[in-house]
Amino acid sequence: MKITNEQLKEMYTTMLKIRKFETSAMDFFAEGKIPGFVHLYIGEEAVATGACANLRQDDYITSTHRGHGHIIAKGGNLNNMMAELFGREDGYCKGKGGSMHIADATKGILGANGIVGAGHNIAVGSGLAIQYKKTDQVCVCFFGDASTNQSTFHEALNLASVWKLPVIFVCENNGYGISVSQARHQAITDVSVRASAYNMPGITIDGNDVFAVYEAVGEAVARARKGQGPTLIECKTYRWRGHFEGDPTVYRPEGELEAWLKKDPIPRVEKYFVDNGVMTGEEIKKLNNEVEKMIEDAKEFAEKSPVPSLESALKDVYSDIVEEGRIR
Amino acid sequence: MKNMTYGEGIREAMRVKMKEDPNVLLFGEDVGKFGGCFGVSAGLWEEFGDERIRDTPISEGVIVGAAVGSAACGLKPIAELMFIDFLTVGMDQLVNQAAKMRYMFGGKVNLPMVVRVPAGAGIGAAAQHSQSLEAWVAHVPGLKVVYPSNAQDAYGLLMTSIDDQNPVVFIENKVLYAMKNEVDENELKPIPLGKARIAKEGTDVTIITYGRQVYDSLAAAEALAKEGINAEVIDIRTLFPLDKEAIFKSVEKTHKVVLVSEECKRGAFTGEIAAMIAEECFYECDAPIKRVGALNTPIPFAGDLESYVVPNSRDIELAVKSLF
Repeated sequence: MKITNEQLKEMYTTMLKIRKFETSAMDFFAEGKIPGFVHLYIGEEAVATGACANLRQDDYITSTHRGHGHIIAKGGNLNNMMAELFGREDGYCKGKGGSMHIADATKGILGANGIVGAGHNIAVGSGLAIQYKKTDQVCVCFFGDASTNQSTFHEALNLASVWKLPVIFVCENNGYGISVSQARHQAITDVSVRASAYNMPGITIDGNDVFAVYEAVGEAVARARKGQGPTLIECKTYRWRGHFEGDPTVYRPEGELEAWLKKDPIPRVEKYFVDNGVMTGEEIKKLNNEVEKMIEDAKEFAEKSPVPSLESALKDVYSDIVEEGRIR
Repeated sequence: MKNMTYGEGIREAMRVKMKEDPNVLLFGEDVGKFGGCFGVSAGLWEEFGDERIRDTPISEGVIVGAAVGSAACGLKPIAELMFIDFLTVGMDQLVNQAAKMRYMFGGKVNLPMVVRVPAGAGIGAAAQHSQSLEAWVAHVPGLKVVYPSNAQDAYGLLMTSIDDQNPVVFIENKVLYAMKNEVDENELKPIPLGKARIAKEGTDVTIITYGRQVYDSLAAAEALAKEGINAEVIDIRTLFPLDKEAIFKSVEKTHKVVLVSEECKRGAFTGEIAAMIAEECFYECDAPIKRVGALNTPIPFAGDLESYVVPNSRDIELAVKSLF
């Protein structure tokens, strides 16, 4: 698959945005600036980036509780994202969704999701709408290894296959369902073998190799656009942080994280850039600074954004009904 | 005036909407050539074809989920589940996804979807095919809940539900499917959600009900009339939005209330209406608010047992009389 240097730089920028957004979110959570639960994508950047690099703005994605990376890779606005994490009025969801529920209909982002496995079925619905309208859009459904044990996985892959829907199922196998390792939650090592049960192509790739992800998802997207149905792609990766911020990760075997840190997807791209003359070390540093500035701006935007009015809690339950409030 | 069954009212609304709007489609178990478990979609597959009338696998989760996803991407899906009991299998997609997406996403997504579900006892279908679970869905902010009692309302309310920008759970009573009602052809038009219908005017007691129990309530009212009690029967038609105004207006007139539904009484939606009257209209009541419902058991199979558990007109009559 042809990939231009410009595309590569864009993908690298996306990975940096995710890494730095997440690292900042980690700090802001620790400082008590972000309420609720935060699930970070650090270490898995190559998956969302490589996958979404194949998508157009009018393509769709469904995401998960660990969704920041997917949203950034699909073009989500960092300011609105950060403001949402802070629970502010200018957040993507006006402060009513938070980290787990960011969506942007204008960019085809059908939402992060707090229910493990729920996105599978929504992606099928999206694929149905695409097929029904006879466009060449696609929907990429992101999910983790543990969600492949939910009934939704079976229902969705079965229906997507039997109806030949343009859905690409991208499994981020990060090795854990919360605290339970893959070996303890399913009796297979490669999730992709499950594709054969639905008579759809299934492959396992190195999810920390952005080129491999880009290529595999690209082929699946091309098939889907031609009406040739869904694909299951398993990307082996690793969750550097705990399931949520504050998770002490006592369940990790010694040395496991350290081994995966060596497979960090970002330096791999940097090395390629330097080796192949795409970017110099100096240019890489400059780009890093630029992205850091973006994240600082996003934080400033979030902090300046007002706390939502109490009345706003009563709106958006329905399109045409405002719920009753209370007098205090 | 012409005769139309309740099932025909539903089918006709789907047919008219599908002709009018290319984004409307129907999917569910056996809704195609088979015509649906209760024959509601009979003939639609012949008219609209495979693309728009789709048989699904027996996968209630993805039936509801496909409605959510396709509605979020611009279609106006109607998902049929064979029995409301099977909604339990698709509950995450309805409760955690459909009902909450607009709110969670800050009002930036429309979900014009209808989930049609046959409910209720009366056909010897036993515990897993006879429930009345309307309170479960009416409890959830973000859903609208419709429950028509006759062909004209079924038609008009479904027309409106299909166009609604919010997820609507459209509950159909399976005993009523074959019941013929006289309908006014000039009045076959959309009916707004949240408007109750006075099924019978009266002055002495207000019977508030919906679905199949409208008929039991009318039969009770007829028996009560012979004893000099003039009952008003209100068919709420939609559980949410609920026509509070019509309910309070009637209570202010009669000062006595009996609530009737086929749900088992524990946690029934009638309890919600009773509480609402007690909280907001207490001084208008000159007697306790009474409720009639099914007994707190699953629906049994044997005919005599089923009839015993489910309320009938005699139960309503006795409840009313206890107030005088």
